[in-house]
Amino acid sequence: MLDGLTAKLGGALGLFKGQRELTDANIEEGLAAVRQALLEADVHFKVARDFVESVRTRALGAGRIQDKSVSASDQFVHAVHRELVELMGPEDAKLVFASNGPTVILMAGLQGAGKTTTCAKLAKHLVTKLGKRPLLVAADIKRPAAVEQLRVLGRQLDLPVYHEDGLEPPVLCERGLKEAIRTGRDVVILDTAGRLHVDDELMEELAAIAKRTKPHNQVLVVDAMTGQDAVRSAESFHRKLALTGVVLTKLDGDARGGAALSLKAVTGRPILFAGVGEKIDDLDAFSAERMAGRILGMGDVVGLVETAQAKIDEGEAQAQFEKMVMGTFTIEDMLAQLRMIQNLGPMKKVLGMMPGMGDALKNVDMDDKHIKRIEALCTSMTVKERLQPDLLDMSRRRRIARGAGQDVADVNALLKSYKGMKQMMKQMNKMGLGAAMGGKAKRQALAGMSPTGELSGDFGGPGLMGRLGGAAKGLGGAAKGLGSLVGLGGGGGLPEGFDPSMLGGGGGAGGSGGARRPQPARDKSKEKAKRKQKQKNRKKR
Amino acid sequence: MGLFDRLKQRLGKTRSAIGDGLSALFRGGRPMDEQLLDELEEMLYGSDLGPLATDLVDDLKRRFKRGELKTEDDLRATLRERLVGELGEAGEITLTAKPHVVLVVGVNGSGKTTTIAKLARRFREQGHSVLIGACDTFRAAAADQLEVWAERTGAAIVRKTEGADPAAVAFDTVDRAARENFDVVLVDTAGRLHTQTNLMAELEKIRRVIAKRLDGAPHSVLLVLDGTNGQNAIAQAKLFTASVEVTGLAVTKLDGTARGGAVFAIRREIGLPVQYIGTGERAELLEAFEPGAFADAILSSAGSSETAR
Repeated sequence: MLDGLTAKLGGALGLFKGQRELTDANIEEGLAAVRQALLEADVHFKVARDFVESVRTRALGAGRIQDKSVSASDQFVHAVHRELVELMGPEDAKLVFASNGPTVILMAGLQGAGKTTTCAKLAKHLVTKLGKRPLLVAADIKRPAAVEQLRVLGRQLDLPVYHEDGLEPPVLCERGLKEAIRTGRDVVILDTAGRLHVDDELMEELAAIAKRTKPHNQVLVVDAMTGQDAVRSAESFHRKLALTGVVLTKLDGDARGGAALSLKAVTGRPILFAGVGEKIDDLDAFSAERMAGRILGMGDVVGLVETAQAKIDEGEAQAQFEKMVMGTFTIEDMLAQLRMIQNLGPMKKVLGMMPGMGDALKNVDMDDKHIKRIEALCTSMTVKERLQPDLLDMSRRRRIARGAGQDVADVNALLKSYKGMKQMMKQMNKMGLGAAMGGKAKRQALAGMSPTGELSGDFGGPGLMGRLGGAAKGLGGAAKGLGSLVGLGGGGGLPEGFDPSMLGGGGGAGGSGGARRPQPARDKSKEKAKRKQKQKNRKKR
Repeated sequence: MGLFDRLKQRLGKTRSAIGDGLSALFRGGRPMDEQLLDELEEMLYGSDLGPLATDLVDDLKRRFKRGELKTEDDLRATLRERLVGELGEAGEITLTAKPHVVLVVGVNGSGKTTTIAKLARRFREQGHSVLIGACDTFRAAAADQLEVWAERTGAAIVRKTEGADPAAVAFDTVDRAARENFDVVLVDTAGRLHTQTNLMAELEKIRRVIAKRLDGAPHSVLLVLDGTNGQNAIAQAKLFTASVEVTGLAVTKLDGTARGGAVFAIRREIGLPVQYIGTGERAELLEAFEPGAFADAILSSAGSSETAR
């Protein structure tokens, strides 16, 4: 359903093909596709409408890239992306700290948005990153055991939690503040009850709390999965509280998070943090660039490159990439690649950052154990076998399977996948990828990472591509190989008969015994049609 | 007081302030045309209907061209009929076994525990004995929360220490229910995002363990959806269904201005019926789902989003 803008734009961008200039006429379909994608990402429809208009202005007006060599589709994508990033910035939004006395942070939100959990995460962040000494105040007296929940979290963090039974929340919060002054805490985090924005009584209570404690930060906690309602609730809270910032939670799921855009548009307040997991550490600084990519279904290119630059040895990556395209790719190389990528972190996170992968991952069961199993197979081979996979006869395969504690079928699946990858490298080579390391090749390497094909390469626009720089080159190669290894590289250019899912996480070929969970049936005919379309597109290029 | 009245009353503040959007479309004696229907489409998007909005409006446009749609009333009636049709039959959980085991699942913060409390109350009022299994051993104080509710509704509860294996709690719960002849078992589970493979596997294990102790159980698997969620609710429904064979939905927090329009797509794509809707924090505020009333609420609130900004 949520194919992502990347896929959506595929058709629309076809219109721009061969056209140098964006015009009033040819931009329409592109804008319609953007609007549709935003709506499906739960961006509020009014916000989506306004957004599309600003993209139009930017793409056709003075905000466009002043370079005649930039194609119409690049122009367009650039405009969408920049507009989105600008709308969601600024990124360096920070909490405000009091010059003297404790800083008060009031946390508010709907039920189930994740306030209590976020309070704990925020406290941890303040302690570890900023060296603060927070006091948590449990002012949610509505939900049964909410106070107890915060107390448990406080114990885990070794932080004091203030609560007194029988007090109304405004009084309770005020006393909490006094308690903080008395005990020398420099930050007070007020955890309030979840409330609906149409509940006047509780909204008044919130205002009363604010009046008594004069918070320096009034933060709205919003579930990233929120739909169109985000606008109305944010508006009401903003009216009542004059919010200073927003925290977006549950971003570790697959929600596209269009609510972020709506929130920003309505409150004009920055998104301070993003909640990304179950653990108390899982609070990230918000990145407009990443969020823009997520909403558009582009993936977190910047985050991926940052991580890659930090963790991947540039020279090693370059060597790998060259080997891949030169067709001298061995299992030894595959193993090296696998380990390189593993250094980046959990597979799902890494792949999730790749353009176009976000949506693909939704239905994929990505298990790091699976990578370990592949690694085990590789390491059960001798170096000679890894360098000359042709040596692997039945007897050797049986030995390898035994060594890795797996079935011969698993070895076969690995080899099949390896051959497929090698075949693919050759094809890429033919396509001229190996010939030049220029911009074109870089772009194609990047495009190769995406199961949605060539579009993602276009997506960053010139600005983004520039920043990607050298890292994208090596990474593109590495990721391409890996993508197919774990069964995600279902993009164009795969040789017929090569089934990447043979090694796919969870798909588990030949009784691999890997975790096997039901997956939504894939529409094969649809996929085939898609693939054909992609080949066609590629030819046109 | 009927469901619609209550919903309407709860939505009342918003509604009275900004009026009914559908009516607003026709303000000043504006005639029906395609432009008006386009605006209607946007309003429907405002109800989280997602791509279904486009489908519906395309259909309306066809009818308009054929001359079947002329007045606001025509439009309202047709739209309502289509929406009700999309929702299919109503029907809450009917007890088919003794004990009848209901497994309750959902993402974090969707309102599982509160829904269990409401279900417990509902079954208690119908004269059934209820045993609750506190299998959310992950979230701090989740079992405490449930215990408070159990006390208030007169249900029994099985709980273990925090961090205990939830499947073990589930087993003990069903075991006790079978031995002590309870009518209904409500199994609470920890909130989990549908994308978390390990946690979904844990859920499957809970299901397996329940089935092992009692043939045919769980008899119902209720997915609790946050009514304020947008299109992501569809992904939730898909993955939870794939994992534990969800049999019905409970949509919560419908006392906000959000309306859970995503359930239309869920019904259409996965065929899951909505069985309950939750309209408030108090235990009595759980209603059996009525498609007609729900469609009415969607239609009246569709308008409220039009003038929201």
